[in-house]
Amino acid sequence: MKFLTLLPIILLASLASAQTTIVKFDHLEKLLADRTRDKIQIVNFWATWCAPCVKELPIFEQYQQANAGNAHVILISLDYADKVDKVNAFVKKKNLKCEVLLLDETDGNSWIDKVEPSWGGAIPATIIINPKTGRRKFVEKELKEGDLELLVNELL
Amino acid sequence: MNLKKIKPAMLLILSVVVLLAARPMGYNVGDTVADFKLKNVDGKSVSLSDYKTGKGVILIFDCNTCPVSKGYNERILALDQKFASKGFPVVAVNPNSPEVSPGDGFDEMVSYAKKKKYTFAYLADENQEVATAFGASNTPHVFVLKKDGDKFKVAYIGAIDNNSRDGSAADKKYVEDAVNALIEGKEIPVAKTKAIGCTIKWKNS
Repeated sequence: MKFLTLLPIILLASLASAQTTIVKFDHLEKLLADRTRDKIQIVNFWATWCAPCVKELPIFEQYQQANAGNAHVILISLDYADKVDKVNAFVKKKNLKCEVLLLDETDGNSWIDKVEPSWGGAIPATIIINPKTGRRKFVEKELKEGDLELLVNELL
Repeated sequence: MNLKKIKPAMLLILSVVVLLAARPMGYNVGDTVADFKLKNVDGKSVSLSDYKTGKGVILIFDCNTCPVSKGYNERILALDQKFASKGFPVVAVNPNSPEVSPGDGFDEMVSYAKKKKYTFAYLADENQEVATAFGASNTPHVFVLKKDGDKFKVAYIGAIDNNSRDGSAADKKYVEDAVNALIEGKEIPVAKTKAIGCTIKWKNS
């Protein structure tokens, strides 16, 4: 009972300041394979230390705001889990509205191929999934203005 | 002309072309490497063929600016310390375009190598031709080369170990294991791995 009365407060608090959720690869794997989602899933791999990643973040933010009804952007931070405070501060400073997860895996070789076999491991990298058809697009480079629209359109 | 006969043949040719185009460029394990010549931080030119007297080379695409590279800096120095005397010196190649990544200019490389007390060659791949030929994608990206006659062949491609955050917590030391296997004439346990790294800062096309 106590929990139930607290729940709205917890939810409100989490909405007010976006907090980064730390996840392991199994969580990400389920998310990538989830065919029950209605919206186009845009999963971007980035890190606070990656300059080209930081540069392209506004593209995802703008796209999410303009297409909230049919697309869902998830920003997967590859910062180390002990640097989550840095990620949270970054999210706050840049006022990021997209969902941010931190992937707590230090052995890239154990999971990179499971995301996308053609991925060499460089970031930024982005995978776009149409859960209804299961079709995907993968890009291992910094996106420029307009790229995201083109990639999503190819999946519709 | 019999169109029915031509069509499948054309489709076959087309699909081969598409397959070739989709294949990632660069060397694979077992490929023979073309020689290259690049400028070292001491101002002299260094060629891969300069290392002919050894058993091979631990070639690492690396740079001044990438946090992952910085995290591996001590481990790269340790690799050279351990293996140069056994015939496998480290050769670092910086593929980043200084126009895109100003911290990776030649002068910056010279001072970085001095500051970090590099015991190995640190070469500027100014035209990014070597990185392109190898198919390097990120820093640090390792290619262990073994000498085969008077040529070099790729023996291992990938990460240094399986823990980018903390070398002491890594329980798979891919490069060490590969080089030790080559020295002992054994089969390399894992010849290809992947790791998260900074994308190579390619010149704006």
